[in-house]
Amino acid sequence: MSKVRILVGTRKGAFVLTSDGKREKWDVSGPHFAGWEIYHLKGSPADPDRVYASQSSGWFGQQIQRSKDGGVTWEPVGNKFVYDGVPGTHQWYDGTPHPWEFKRVWHLEPSLSDPDKVYAGVEDAALFESADGGQNWQELSGLRGHGTGPHWSPGAGGMCLHTIVIDPSNPQRMYIAISAAGAFRTDDAGKSWRPINHGLHSQHIPDPDAEVGHCVHRIAMHHSRPGTLFMQKHWDVMRSDNAGDSWREVSGNLPTDFGFVIDVHAHEPETVYVVPIKSDSEHFPLDGKLSVYRSRSGGNEWEALTKGLPQKDCYVNVLRDAMAVDSLDKCGVYFGTTGGQVYASADSGDSWAPIVHDLPAVLSVEVQTLS
Amino acid sequence: MIRVILPAHLRTLGRAGSEVTLEVKEATIGGLLDALEESYPTLKGAVRDHVTLQRRPFVRYFACEQDLSHEPPDFPLPGQVISGSEPFLIVGAIAGGCF
Repeated sequence: MSKVRILVGTRKGAFVLTSDGKREKWDVSGPHFAGWEIYHLKGSPADPDRVYASQSSGWFGQQIQRSKDGGVTWEPVGNKFVYDGVPGTHQWYDGTPHPWEFKRVWHLEPSLSDPDKVYAGVEDAALFESADGGQNWQELSGLRGHGTGPHWSPGAGGMCLHTIVIDPSNPQRMYIAISAAGAFRTDDAGKSWRPINHGLHSQHIPDPDAEVGHCVHRIAMHHSRPGTLFMQKHWDVMRSDNAGDSWREVSGNLPTDFGFVIDVHAHEPETVYVVPIKSDSEHFPLDGKLSVYRSRSGGNEWEALTKGLPQKDCYVNVLRDAMAVDSLDKCGVYFGTTGGQVYASADSGDSWAPIVHDLPAVLSVEVQTLS
Repeated sequence: MIRVILPAHLRTLGRAGSEVTLEVKEATIGGLLDALEESYPTLKGAVRDHVTLQRRPFVRYFACEQDLSHEPPDFPLPGQVISGSEPFLIVGAIAGGCF
């Protein structure tokens, strides 16, 4: 019997939600690390009981926690994130040079094949790698050092590396995204990087078509088509069919193309989900109606999915790491809100129900499909 | 033995009680923190920076009703802390909250 485990990071701790394959009744475990901000948790595809969590606090800094039993028990591992060499500077909000300073880990991405290997995307933006289960961390400094780093600048949420996508067909290839620098790709396992932002158009930077400076919010990929990427940018939903070499807009008939999350159906590589948010100054759904939008055509043509979602007086946000899918048939889709709800759909988005109502603000949602 | 009182989050993180006792080689603030991190390695980086060893901004050090937060690492511990009659307190600062 299949089982689904949802790993939820919140402002005040982590929660683990589990259900059988019917996805009707859920057990809720937590809070783990009560009182700490849990930006992200993610399980190893190679060993689902190996789970990593990013735990941070304004008082006591960054911790990394590791579980060997699917999030039942945890042990702290290494938390020393030191930039390689002289950190250098990036642009500050006022355009002046500002030294790189480590603040927190936004995203943890375990290797697809090795439970002990895991990547960490951090603020100020950099990519770190651990080959020993999170005990020791080394920066993949070719990213910051490739040349455009001094021109990166923080978005409103800080200058964070928040998205790490590993190509399942090519272990040398990986994509990352930084707010507000853009998307980058390596083809040599992280040694060297190049910006992949051709086709992005951002009005908030002096040159809207610049090589870097774009506020990419999230990138999603279907494992069967690793060359096709979907992006939710600050504004605009984008698509690339050549591994990010160029992008085209697929916002189509979305009522607003601002948003944070984007994900792809587990079995249909042209079925894409977004949650439109009103604007960059009003981070809540249009007209107080929470809606997921689904495209079955890889973008441009979108349908609103509202059954079971609040359709009045709803003013939550859905943050960039807070949507995920399971791989059951039918595909389950899940997302969490800043209002503390985690919504689940066991029918590919046709209908929704809350699993929990009143968690702290949800920062991240990841799903594991267990056999 | 020197007594150190930890805030709740560091007790959980270090799997320690509210008060821990330490053998301190050098009776200074820095020496006390060295001993704390040696006994409770998971607290490395949580009280002071790994590399610079600077106190984290929202951590405070109190002892004998004095705020020692801004004293340098080589600042001598008060005699009452060295004798164990008074604890050294590591405190999460009242720093407001937005959540």
